Amino acid sequence: MKDFLARWMPIDTSEHGGALDSMNALVHWLMAVLFVGWGLYFIYVLLRFRAKKSPRASYSGSTSQVSTWIEGGVILVEVILLVGFAIPAWARWVTPPSPGDNPLVVRVIAQQFAWNIHYAGADGIFGHTDIHLINEASNPIGLDRGDASAADDIVTINQLHLPVNRPVTVLLSSKDVIHSFGLPVMRVKQDAIPGQEIPIHFTATMTTPTEARFPGCAADKECWEIACAQLCGLGHYRMRGFLTIHEPDEFENWLIAEAPEPVEAEPQPAGLDASTAEAEASDHADHADHADHADHAEHMRAAG
Amino acid sequence: MSVLEQEEHGSDERAGRHKEPFWKRYIFSQDHKVIGIQYGFTALCFLLFGFSLMLLMRWQLAFPGKPIPVIGGLLGADNAPGGIMLPEFYNQLGAMHGTIMVFLAIVPLAVGAFGNYVVPLQIGAPDMAFPKLNMASYWVYFLGGVTMFASFFVPGGAANSGWTSYPPLSEIATQGQTWWLVGMVFLITSSLLGSVNFIVTIFHLRAKGLTLMRLPFFVWSQLVTAFLLLLAFPPLEAAGVFQLMDRVFGTSFFMPSGLVVSGEVVEVAGGGSPLLWQHLFWFLAHPEVYVLILPALGIVAEVIANNTRKPLWGYKSMVYAAVFLGFMSFIVWAHHMFLTGMGTTISAFFQTTTMIISIPSVVILTALLMSLWGASIRFTTPMLFALAFLPMFGIGGLTGLPLGLSGSDIHLHDTYYVIGHFHYVVAPGTIFAMFAGIYYWFPKITGRKMNDFLGKLHFYPSFVFINMIFMPMFLQGLAGVSRRLWDGGEQYSHAQGGLHWNEFMSWGAWLLLVAQLPFIFNLFWSIKKGKKVDSNPWQATTLEWAAAPSPPIGHGNFAEVPVVYRPAYEYSVPDHPGDYLAQNDPTETPTETPIETPDKTSGKEG
Repeated sequence: MKDFLARWMPIDTSEHGGALDSMNALVHWLMAVLFVGWGLYFIYVLLRFRAKKSPRASYSGSTSQVSTWIEGGVILVEVILLVGFAIPAWARWVTPPSPGDNPLVVRVIAQQFAWNIHYAGADGIFGHTDIHLINEASNPIGLDRGDASAADDIVTINQLHLPVNRPVTVLLSSKDVIHSFGLPVMRVKQDAIPGQEIPIHFTATMTTPTEARFPGCAADKECWEIACAQLCGLGHYRMRGFLTIHEPDEFENWLIAEAPEPVEAEPQPAGLDASTAEAEASDHADHADHADHADHAEHMRAAG
Repeated sequence: MSVLEQEEHGSDERAGRHKEPFWKRYIFSQDHKVIGIQYGFTALCFLLFGFSLMLLMRWQLAFPGKPIPVIGGLLGADNAPGGIMLPEFYNQLGAMHGTIMVFLAIVPLAVGAFGNYVVPLQIGAPDMAFPKLNMASYWVYFLGGVTMFASFFVPGGAANSGWTSYPPLSEIATQGQTWWLVGMVFLITSSLLGSVNFIVTIFHLRAKGLTLMRLPFFVWSQLVTAFLLLLAFPPLEAAGVFQLMDRVFGTSFFMPSGLVVSGEVVEVAGGGSPLLWQHLFWFLAHPEVYVLILPALGIVAEVIANNTRKPLWGYKSMVYAAVFLGFMSFIVWAHHMFLTGMGTTISAFFQTTTMIISIPSVVILTALLMSLWGASIRFTTPMLFALAFLPMFGIGGLTGLPLGLSGSDIHLHDTYYVIGHFHYVVAPGTIFAMFAGIYYWFPKITGRKMNDFLGKLHFYPSFVFINMIFMPMFLQGLAGVSRRLWDGGEQYSHAQGGLHWNEFMSWGAWLLLVAQLPFIFNLFWSIKKGKKVDSNPWQATTLEWAAAPSPPIGHGNFAEVPVVYRPAYEYSVPDHPGDYLAQNDPTETPTETPIETPDKTSGKEG
């Protein structure tokens, strides 16, 4: 059944996903057995007890206890699913990785209609953010570049890059309305609720196939995506981000390439930061996917 | 006894009613039958309207961004410039399709129409307990419907934040949302007025001898439904008023601090919680699911008992299951919210209650299926719809399982799998049951039968086309395609494998419209030209068939007050020559008095 369902499902590239898919397959087994069983019975009785063939009905009907057994069986299977699979799977899903596993913590701030990804940078500390510093063109999350810990922070739009085989904690929040952060290939989905920061934990087990990476992946079936699953406004349908899983060293290289230029010591107003960030972007214009996604984001905002 | 007093009182009024002007007799009527027909007609109009909204959406999903042919130009430049549907308009259609189908079409049809028309007749009552309240209930519903319909024409169009209206999206939405909230307040008030009336009527106006365990299952389903409406709707009414105050008076029940919309900091008092709305909403909306399904089960039970010519198998267990279902439906709501950041304990609680509530549904469905064993099945038009209901509701129920377990829900949550799931419950499920009810009780309303050939021409194509729409949704859902996407997921690579289904599904929807034409024609044609029938054309046992073929308008339904001698479904009673014994038939039979049939129910209450 798992293989059967997998014909329609996206590949699973997460550590926890296999258990969820197995459970899903078990549930579908239960559904299939009940449906086919009752279906065959249904067709049989419709033929056998049609008025022509069965002119007078039996007042007492079936005296069989089989349905009680079936109901008992359904209860039993549901208990097994619940206790043996569903509750443990959920407990695992919400358990944070142990600090010893060196989890990577990334903030994802959803907004109409883009995913802002915030990396803490080399110091491992997220810089201070302030909603009054938000500038949709240059500083979508309101990062205070004056804050020392913000100096090395990386902010991307719609580009989530993660290392393989290393636990990841995404701190999910939203600037405006409720969104839902879905990674179909990672069996991850979590509502992003304004006013809350919700942690989600997962570990990727595969790197994104090179040939499938953005930008070429737009039309490619192997593209890994962030899909918004909750209606968030008129641009909900195009609130699409991209997920890239790297080998660890490759990921470090990506972080270095994305890291902002060292900023002069004195704090700068947000506006100037903007130009720095834009310079950043153009510096990496050779990094084709980045430029493309920036355009993409601009386009989205303009349209939104 | 109060029934008799009512009856006398009713006869007086009935006598006086002959002089009443047309508007009092047919428009502001206090007769449950007229009100039932008013509800039915209005709800069917909304059913067609809600369906047509979806037909437009299905064009956009099948051919994203292509101009809608023929009627595209009529939709207005704000909605569909050049006939191309804008995402804003798509979202309006989506939100209003859901709202209209649930609150303006199916609930009023299931409860307002069938409940009003059939319940007093089935319990041998002269009318509903509170006729004026009943009239008020319909007219408040009507106002709600007008408000919802009118909201399409306000600046920015109708509500566009989904039928669930989650804040903050709904709070920053255009003016249509305010209209939606006002409309909802009307609709909820109407349901509350109706539910009180049903509860009092069923408890106090039963005919002599009609004990609770002799009630037709349909009446039980209406009774449980009435309790659900009465207890579940007030929290949503409160929530609706809160949201209205947030939008109009600047409170922030549901608005947290620190929102930034389109680069602007939102000036609100803040401190509110968007999740509060979800809790209040689903506290109603899950019981609401059973409000949609219980009356349908009731109708199907009536039609199946009648067309199998035998008593319902396990009647008692069905009744207990329905009551238990009613209780449980109040403690499962948060399974709609597994992905809002829920810990293990809470999720375990709601998963467990969700699994528990699946059991009474299985019991009822099993009882209906077992009722077919040993039957003498007549494949009448109502029976075809009732039979089709069983596997369709089965699919709807079964596909709820992976969604009710939070682990498998992660991947399927908010995908097309969910849409497929609840549409199987409500469309080929409840709506088919509604059709069964219309064909079944039409002769009681009009004294004429609907045409059988047209009925079959309605049934078979509808059955095929409705599955064409909803079955592929499960495949798209497994692929992970999100709901409510204007382009049906065209941009997403994970959606590519299932995109080709969109056109197929849309054809299913449009053909489903064509398949309704025989029904619409049949409905009107049969009023005048249908075959005339006597008062009990289906040889049924329940009390409504003891009334005149088309009971006259006005209080007092029965020529003489019926007395009940036996359970609801005494078909094919042994040692009795006919194949049915009506509840009010005083004939003595060996099986008459303690017909509890314990062998059918033993061991099933657990």
